[in-house]
Amino acid sequence: MTSSTGRGLLHLAAAVDQPTVFDAGSYVELVRLAERGVLDFVTLGDTFARPGPDALAVLSRVAPATRRIGLVPTVTTTHTEPFHVQAAVATLDWVSRGRAGWHLDVSTTEGEARLFGRRHAAPADTLWQEAGEVADVAARLWDSWEDGAEIRDVATGRFVDRDKLHHTDFEGAAFSVKGPSIVPRPPQGHPVRVVDATEGQARRTAARYADVALLRVTSPAQAAAVRTELRGTAEEFGRDPDTLRILACLVVDLGDGEHAAEPGWGSPLFGRRRELGGGGGGPLGTAQGPRYRGGPVDLADLIAVWHQAGAVDGFHLTPVEPRRDLERLVNGTVALLQHRGLFRTFYPGSTLREHLGLGRPANQYAVTGGTS
Amino acid sequence: MTVRKPAVKQIHLAALPHSHSHSRSRSSGESPVPGVDNTTVWADPRAKSQIEFASFEHLARTAERGLFDFFLLAGGLRLREHKGRIHDLDVVGHPEAITVLNALAAVTERLGLAATVDATFNEPYETARRLATLDHLSGGRAAWNVVTSADAFTGANFRRGGFLDRADRHARTAEFVAAARELWDSWTPEGVSRPFAHRGRHFDIAGEFTVPRSPQGHPVVIQAGDSAEAREFAASSADVVFARHGTLEAGRAFYADVKRRLAAYGREPEDLKIMPGVTFVLGDTAAEAQERAAEIRWQQISPQNAILTLEQIWGVDLSDHDPDGPLPAFDPDPDPHPDPEPGLMQGGVEVADPRAIAEKWRALSHEKGLSIRQTVIEATGRQSFVGTPEAVAAELEEFVRTDAADGFILAPHLTPGGLDEFVDRVVPLLQERGAYRTHYPGTTLRSHLGLADPPTEALIP
Repeated sequence: MTSSTGRGLLHLAAAVDQPTVFDAGSYVELVRLAERGVLDFVTLGDTFARPGPDALAVLSRVAPATRRIGLVPTVTTTHTEPFHVQAAVATLDWVSRGRAGWHLDVSTTEGEARLFGRRHAAPADTLWQEAGEVADVAARLWDSWEDGAEIRDVATGRFVDRDKLHHTDFEGAAFSVKGPSIVPRPPQGHPVRVVDATEGQARRTAARYADVALLRVTSPAQAAAVRTELRGTAEEFGRDPDTLRILACLVVDLGDGEHAAEPGWGSPLFGRRRELGGGGGGPLGTAQGPRYRGGPVDLADLIAVWHQAGAVDGFHLTPVEPRRDLERLVNGTVALLQHRGLFRTFYPGSTLREHLGLGRPANQYAVTGGTS
Repeated sequence: MTVRKPAVKQIHLAALPHSHSHSRSRSSGESPVPGVDNTTVWADPRAKSQIEFASFEHLARTAERGLFDFFLLAGGLRLREHKGRIHDLDVVGHPEAITVLNALAAVTERLGLAATVDATFNEPYETARRLATLDHLSGGRAAWNVVTSADAFTGANFRRGGFLDRADRHARTAEFVAAARELWDSWTPEGVSRPFAHRGRHFDIAGEFTVPRSPQGHPVVIQAGDSAEAREFAASSADVVFARHGTLEAGRAFYADVKRRLAAYGREPEDLKIMPGVTFVLGDTAAEAQERAAEIRWQQISPQNAILTLEQIWGVDLSDHDPDGPLPAFDPDPDPHPDPEPGLMQGGVEVADPRAIAEKWRALSHEKGLSIRQTVIEATGRQSFVGTPEAVAAELEEFVRTDAADGFILAPHLTPGGLDEFVDRVVPLLQERGAYRTHYPGTTLRSHLGLADPPTEALIP
């Protein structure tokens, strides 16, 4: 089901944030709706800076009530313990049977630092370097149990084969972790790591550690430029750039019904004006990120055009009114993309990695023969 | 709200699967769970995964079918090691507790969901937030089993690292719980958030809590342990205390002592529930139950585990000893702490007085002519309740009726089917006796336990 231009599969994700909602039912409802739209994954943001529930908890609560869709909570790395974070993300992967992701983020404000009282605020670049270390040690801890470490060998009385369990002995600039993890290797090997690669050091951290990079850009040309850069940096870090999915972030306001926000937006040609984000139909740069306002049909056109131009692998869409806009997105935009053969109509696999076309990572200790 | 009290004192029940991962057990008598650290039998053909969600779902649904108050998940923070190598004999590897409990909230409706969260290597803000979120997402069923970590061994996995000495550990825990309660109290029931500030010896924090007051106000606080500090902390701050006393007499003494301490904190005896951790083995006849109990003990203490248990007491390598032969003739290392000998297991059993234990075990072995393995089986945590369902029901009821306990935290030895037989065979008998509920009285864990909601008068801004 690849698109006619020969680009990779189109990937779609949606945010299910509902500020100040703490009731499980409404999250379950939204995620089920997104799953009906066969979206790759949903995200749920989190920060210690403003009201909101623990995102990983919410998506864990949602996991048994859904079957296929990927579940990607934000879990911050600045004031949390890397060992606890990796264990919680691995556990989300266990309870969802391979559908967990992890949107890494940092806490830059002194206000957040005061909630913990352990350190002062630090510059974003420093914190993103630390986030990279957290991503690194998390992967090592996920690998610290090789697949098949649990042997239940009655003859020798051994429950596990200790040669398949590994100390991580991680020493970073900000912390050290002895390992191994307390949680056996999660079903996906590594849950999917997502990083917003829009700015500064975060972009390098994304190129090095992310499976999915998010971009906040207002034109396909901008997206294509950053995509090229990200893929290049990933290659410098020794990665195959095809293991990195790059999604454009769009805040979507579909409240105006079917009318096109800008006449003629379906054109595959990029006008200079649109690249600058000046049109009402193309994304407009706002404080919340690039914002699309218009009908579901034109949104489908926008998605198709950017994707077919090879600017991005897909989109991460944040509805301004979750119930209304997600419903229009699924029943309008997604249905149309499916109708045109540009988007899947069913989940061919069961894990988030499978949705994204990403393989299950090899275990670094099994490969290098690291010692216990 | 007036609650009509049943004529017979009601038993509270809870379940704790995977007790192996509770790294705080001690052979000095402080063990919150019976046995050493290997009560979960994995070699049995009925034993299934200890990590797949399906196992937890089965156990939790069974506990809810049995109208249990709560389901408690343990959570060690480092894999145990022996002689510098990872311990490989017992069930190991478990999910992160709060995350699994949130998922279990989706497949249960009333069951309380209790997470073990360590107060040494966590921070009050994040812990209070995660527990309050669980309380919201479960509709008021969250509980927190507060534990402390004892060693630098565990600390090697954390930013904070290191360890705290015993007194500081308890002080940090008490301050941790107090700080968490300040955070939970920083929102009024009407949804007004006020800034908090807590400055103490261990924590200096301030700001605004991100989670509104949860359905229970405060998640239920469970405290394990039996030391004087632990009893005092339980009396001042806990809703449930979780300790083990094998006999009726020991149970009554503990019960009377802890309940007596409550008054000093302005609390009533019913404000704290005493629920010892226990095991059970059932059979159609008393003899069959005894036989099954012996089989289970034999499975729990493999030859390798028997030697390992001895090494934890003797503090030296005993791998050349035959588990079917006699105990070592020499005395244990008298003081393997605080710098553990290579033979001592880390993150496992803390031995109070190795020489006294060795002497006792030698006497036992001599008196009954027991091998190493038989001695370990005989000397370490026997099953608490063994018998026919009728006999076990009667015994449980007697413990509660005579104030040796308010209820029990059952540690099944099999995952995931270990609760089925109890719920199917013992629970109906307890109900016939009028000693156990026939339906959940409310929707929150506090209502199951008969605990009042925390006061809110002081919260009006």
